[in-house]
Amino acid sequence: MPQATDLRKMFNIQPDPEAALVALAGNPNTGKSTIFNALTGLRQHTGNWPGKTVLQARGTFIFRGHKYILVDLPGTYSLLANSAEEIVARNFLCFARPDATVVVADATCLERNLNLVLQVMEITSRVIVCVNLMDEARRKNIFIDTECLARELGVPVVATAARSGQGVAELKAGIDDLVRGRIVPTPRRLVYDPEIEDALTRVEQQIPGEIKELFNARWLAMRILDNDRSTLDNIRQYLEPAEWGVLRERFKYCPT
Amino acid sequence: MEKILPLSELPTGQWGRVISLNARGMIRYRLLDLGLVPDTTVQAVRRGPLGDPIVYRIRGALIALRREEAGQVLVTPL
Ligand SMILES: Nc1nc2c(ncn2[C@@H]2O[C@H](COP(=O)(O)OP(=O)(O)O)[C@@H](O)[C@H]2O)c(=O)[nH]1
Ligand SMILES: [Mg+2]
Repeated sequence: MPQATDLRKMFNIQPDPEAALVALAGNPNTGKSTIFNALTGLRQHTGNWPGKTVLQARGTFIFRGHKYILVDLPGTYSLLANSAEEIVARNFLCFARPDATVVVADATCLERNLNLVLQVMEITSRVIVCVNLMDEARRKNIFIDTECLARELGVPVVATAARSGQGVAELKAGIDDLVRGRIVPTPRRLVYDPEIEDALTRVEQQIPGEIKELFNARWLAMRILDNDRSTLDNIRQYLEPAEWGVLRERFKYCPT
Repeated sequence: MEKILPLSELPTGQWGRVISLNARGMIRYRLLDLGLVPDTTVQAVRRGPLGDPIVYRIRGALIALRREEAGQVLVTPL
């Protein structure tokens, strides 16, 4: 398995041992770009994601003397349906392996946003949920119990109203705490029906150790069990040929 | 026995509760991502001129589904 830093280069992220990599994920229109701007100010670049016509925004910020590289992922409702946006977001989380991922959620329709939160939590445990548009929610008499949400999800939750900058300092502090290991999230794991859990365990045991070490094996096992061909074909470019060969042999997987 | 019918046959204005999905692959993911998991309540809001697409209220949002997609969701009318 290539090192995370090598893989990061495949996403236009130059290796910088001093800097932590932070991803911003979220449904469209949740205020991701507003939060991105509030965090990075003018220190940002835009371009395209390699090989895609999807816009990539990168920026940096310094907090408590530490440098952070922030990447604004395309807005998506899911990581499984395989639009160009979803492929970009999913591959980045799986292979660039950010040191923290902020999932921005809309406080006025939180339920709709939790699908993506849970999907991100299945890929990485280094998640912080940012419930944005709190001012809009208040206007609509929607009250969000962020402490309860954090308890239920097992990850930190920060409330923001990014357009007026409210909560942005707390978000920075939360990211810093997560990256420095002062907060260790314990994301609630979705437990499937016993037959599925059994099958997942068996598939997971068959995944080669080198891949398991650096890659979320449970998530990969789920995709294999799903026979999610487009995802599997897609992750091939991030694996060494030998590793891919082992997977292919073990699971009798024939690329499309 | 509860009456079960495809979501595409749910009369306009009527609410139903999702029983199961017949879809597989990408369509299944798309329907699940829209929030159409078992026990979700959904309302048929209006139909396009040729009965396709059909607009549904799902978890507070109005969402248009092609008849073919809605036909793969089984509901019981409420
Ligand atoms: N009232 C309010 N509006 C916001 C907030 N955050 C973002 N917006 C507005 O919501 C719209 C979408 O924001 P944007 O950052 O482009 O969302 P994105 O699609 O997730 O990147 C813009 O008009 C923002 O000004 C907020 O916390 N409160
Ligand atoms: Mg944006």
